[in-house]
Amino acid sequence: MIEAKNIIKSFEGKVILHNISAKFYAGKTNLIIGQSGSGKTVLMKSLVGLLRPDSGEILYDGRDFLKYNSSDIKDLRTEIGMLFQGSALFDSMTVLENVMFPLLMFTKQSYAERKKRAEFCLERVNLKGADKLLPAELSGGMQKRAAIARAIALNPKYLFCDEPNSGIDPKTSLVIDKLIHDITHEYNITTIINTHDMNSVMGIGENIIFLNRGHLSWEGTKEDIFSSTDEAFNEFVFASDIMKEVKDYVNRGR
Amino acid sequence: MKLIKTFIFDNLAKFGRYIMLLGKVFTRPDKWSVFFKRYIDEVYKLGFDSIAIVFTISIFIGAVIAIQTQKNITSPFIPSYTIGMLTRETILLEFSSTIMALILAGKVGSSISSEIGTMRVTEQIDALEIMGVNSANFLILPKITALVTFIPVLVTISMVMGLLGGFFVGEFTDMFPSSKYIYGLQSYFQEFYVWYSIIKSLFFAFVISTVASFYGYTVKGGATEVGKASTDAVVVSSVTILLLDVLLTKILL
Ligand SMILES: Nc1ncnc2c1ncn2[C@@H]1O[C@H](COP(=O)(O)OP(=O)(O)O)[C@@H](O)[C@H]1O
Ligand SMILES: [Mg+2]
Repeated sequence: MIEAKNIIKSFEGKVILHNISAKFYAGKTNLIIGQSGSGKTVLMKSLVGLLRPDSGEILYDGRDFLKYNSSDIKDLRTEIGMLFQGSALFDSMTVLENVMFPLLMFTKQSYAERKKRAEFCLERVNLKGADKLLPAELSGGMQKRAAIARAIALNPKYLFCDEPNSGIDPKTSLVIDKLIHDITHEYNITTIINTHDMNSVMGIGENIIFLNRGHLSWEGTKEDIFSSTDEAFNEFVFASDIMKEVKDYVNRGR
Repeated sequence: MKLIKTFIFDNLAKFGRYIMLLGKVFTRPDKWSVFFKRYIDEVYKLGFDSIAIVFTISIFIGAVIAIQTQKNITSPFIPSYTIGMLTRETILLEFSSTIMALILAGKVGSSISSEIGTMRVTEQIDALEIMGVNSANFLILPKITALVTFIPVLVTISMVMGLLGGFFVGEFTDMFPSSKYIYGLQSYFQEFYVWYSIIKSLFFAFVISTVASFYGYTVKGGATEVGKASTDAVVVSSVTILLLDVLLTKILL
């Protein structure tokens, strides 16, 4: 479990995150949702330590890593996997080398062992056969899957995904969502996902927090969505006609 | 006045960030075996791949210096071996170190900053950091060590080819006899000039690799900013090389 307590983050005097407190549970897909520019990426980068919050606590299963020194942070980082918005695969390495890279840096495994583990991860994300390709030769969806394989190579306890579905068609998005969801449950990972995609929210929203211009204004599960009374949240969720219809349908059934 | 103040302040702040980055770069590599492999890769990319351009430019400039020297010697009292001597001095003292460094600042410097800058804007550097890799050390240290250790080779190649360029003029035209040119090359030869050039080049290599890395590593934004960063890197490292040239010459000669 990851717990954020009273996180405040500003850039050059402009407050981006206003006193955010939230819990993210192990073995669940925890979603941070909100409009573009609402602060999702800033929150995620603060949680993993790529940005330093002005104040607050971030507890990884009770460990406050903001108080850690750099070598402790390094150790904690080997428990973290992250999937970036643009995949962030190393473009000078093949897919297999990308997945083997964390193993090379942080284990004493032999080449054969690393290769075996990397191939296992690639198979898990259904990318067998693409291992000798370069990232530039992959489609967007394949890049995301390769990045997931790399993120899980070291068996992380915590997995962060920043907009895993950005730039991907709806059908592939479902595949990626399902993959992240299944891996989370299979290995009991504390997974945090940034998204503004309502399909994802309805599909894998097991624990959701909603950011509205840097304020946490709603939290709940996908089942709670239709009973929400938060104005900004409803405006965000029911922006599309199809979601409005779903809401009407659900409410009629009540 | 206010403008000048902010200009000075901004650049001091930038210099501070540069020093801080170097602090991150000069630490123990996470894994030596990985470092050595990356070092060899960089020697190929930054060093070997520059041999052709150094080779070509040096031979032509050597020839041109010899021709111009010959044209400028009008007095019959100046012996023709002077051409060899002066060509040698120009190449050893200034061309093979400083001018070569300026050319490398363009070629190597821009490639370093665009490579690292692209990694920054595509979040590859964040990906390294998240894994727990010291990205500055991992990416930049192999480049600095590769360029600093390989630049003496480039300087030596440049010297040899430059002198050979002058020799070819003597050999293939009737401007001056090549035997006199060779005699000139050997007269009043000071070995220290070679060392002076190589010592200077080590500093230049450090400037090129660190400045370019700094501009790449600190890019914010997208592809346009990467392009701008690499232009800035070339400009700043070129100016620094010229300033350093004056300073080192004052100290060493
Ligand atoms: N490094 C930064 N410096 C200044 N402002 C930033 C920085 N990163 C993000 N911001 C600002 O923070 C706000 C939230 O951005 P972000 O977290 O990227 O939104 P999103 O929810 O789309 O991921 C935006 O207004 C953005 O301009
Ligand atoms: Mg974002």
